[in-house]
Amino acid sequence: MNGPGAGRATGDSVLLIDDLRVGYNGLPALDGVSLTVPHGAQVAVVGPNGAGKSTLFKAIVGLLRPQRGRVLVHGRPPGDQTDPVAYVPQREEVDWRFPVTVADVVLMGRYGRLGPLKRPQPADREAVRRALEQLAITDLAGRPIGELSGGQQQRVFLARALAQEPHVLLLDEPFTGVDVNAKEAVLELLQSLRAKSITVLVSTHDMETASQRFELVALLNGRLIAYGPPAAVFTPAHVSDAFGGQALFLDGMVVIDQCCPGHVGDGTGHRHEHDHRPELWHRHGEGREAP
Amino acid sequence: MIDWLTEPFTLQFMQRALAASLIVGVVCSVLGCFVVLRSMAFLGDALAHAILPGIAVAYLLGVNLMAGALVAALVVAFGIGLFSREGTIREDTAIGILFAAALSLGVLLISTVRTYATDLTHILFGNVLGVTGADLWLTGGLAALVLVVLLVLYKEFVLAAFDPVLAHTLGRRPELMRSLMLVLLALTIVVSLQTVGVGLVAAMLVTPAATASLLTRRLPAMMAVSATVGALSSVVGLYLSYYLDVASGAAIVLTATALFVAAFLVAPRRGLVWRRRGRRATA
Repeated sequence: MNGPGAGRATGDSVLLIDDLRVGYNGLPALDGVSLTVPHGAQVAVVGPNGAGKSTLFKAIVGLLRPQRGRVLVHGRPPGDQTDPVAYVPQREEVDWRFPVTVADVVLMGRYGRLGPLKRPQPADREAVRRALEQLAITDLAGRPIGELSGGQQQRVFLARALAQEPHVLLLDEPFTGVDVNAKEAVLELLQSLRAKSITVLVSTHDMETASQRFELVALLNGRLIAYGPPAAVFTPAHVSDAFGGQALFLDGMVVIDQCCPGHVGDGTGHRHEHDHRPELWHRHGEGREAP
Repeated sequence: MIDWLTEPFTLQFMQRALAASLIVGVVCSVLGCFVVLRSMAFLGDALAHAILPGIAVAYLLGVNLMAGALVAALVVAFGIGLFSREGTIREDTAIGILFAAALSLGVLLISTVRTYATDLTHILFGNVLGVTGADLWLTGGLAALVLVVLLVLYKEFVLAAFDPVLAHTLGRRPELMRSLMLVLLALTIVVSLQTVGVGLVAAMLVTPAATASLLTRRLPAMMAVSATVGALSSVVGLYLSYYLDVASGAAIVLTATALFVAAFLVAPRRGLVWRRRGRRATA
């Protein structure tokens, strides 16, 4: 396992998850998950609140240890590979009052390449500059992060992830609690990452975006319900399996109530018909993903 | 006026007191920035009280009090780390239990001595006028050690404090940095023993840093302002103590508190007055 390319022992797949059980305090939040992600693919991880989307990401970056099964990134356990995995957490998980500027935060993305005692080099400053430029936040470089809007805050963390120059990028709920422009900015970034063959996993409960912008979808709810191209995954059977009582089917439309289980079909409508009305989607679900 | 300022420091014990107070003011305030940012104020206070048994044992054995305190502080720092890592009890609960138990044990041990009340007062609230030359060297050495470690590993401490998840994904060990921070905290508390005592050290860890957080927007600036506030409080507090003939540790802490209140009221953008005025302007 020492020669060049040894990390690619799993063939073309960058990420291999095999019979994974992972959770908190010994209780599984996810069980029996097996999937492989090919190099450069963009995968939407979809499921209701508390489905285990964040848990899956935390297992992939090695924050949570598998209770059973394994996770391999480039054929090695998380934390062992030299190719960095960048993880963009949900915005609620960041201490926005911490006295650091935008440039400070983005520079932290370079720390993996710097030893504990090494100061940032010109090459690191250059990487930060490029990342800020790509996210169009160069003019915010000197601003404290607490003074930014939600969309700007998200761009800072995306810029930091780019500064890591990752091979695998995990975005946890990037479309939650941000406006349409910020959402488009993320989707544009994903488009540019496609050209660089960076493997991307995005968690969301936005089925609309998942089915239109991603070639692969993993539908989760405590286990892997379906994995594959959107058309094969978003079948009525799979969706009602994942969303249970929250899903209602009306004349070929799926209605999801992200607010309260059992509180379905009250006429306020969260409709889904591939009809370019994403604002109807999760009016009740905004920012309520369980931690 | 000049005489008024120089007079106290013609006395050698006052010179030593000034040096010790300045060292403590600076090291507490700088490390205190991390205490404030990581919400470790309760932990710092508990740690300070928890070293009381160590001091008591050293006192009863007739060895250097600071050495006893140092051993106790390190034991307690690792004890709290161990407790919270097990995850069976919440960390603040674990701290509360350890804190009260250690304080009681310390008081119990000291109560076996005849001069109990005076000794306990000195330990709880400091006795900066009693600093010896040897104490001063130990204080200066430990303070320098804390500041050098903080400076050399600054980037790592910031990373672990701001985003332990990122630290982890970058292959770092944020929990190791937290343990190291606890050790630095323990050393700082020991350094502060003679100046402000175990009862007031938490104030020196928190108040100047909180003042600085109102006045600055970046961590390096926050640390510099905090150090200045800490040093200023020490000097002013010592003068107050000399001329008003009041307890020095309490005078230093109250000076720091006064500076905090001033910043809270008039800090640009974040002060109470500023926000009130801003609200009226937009109304």
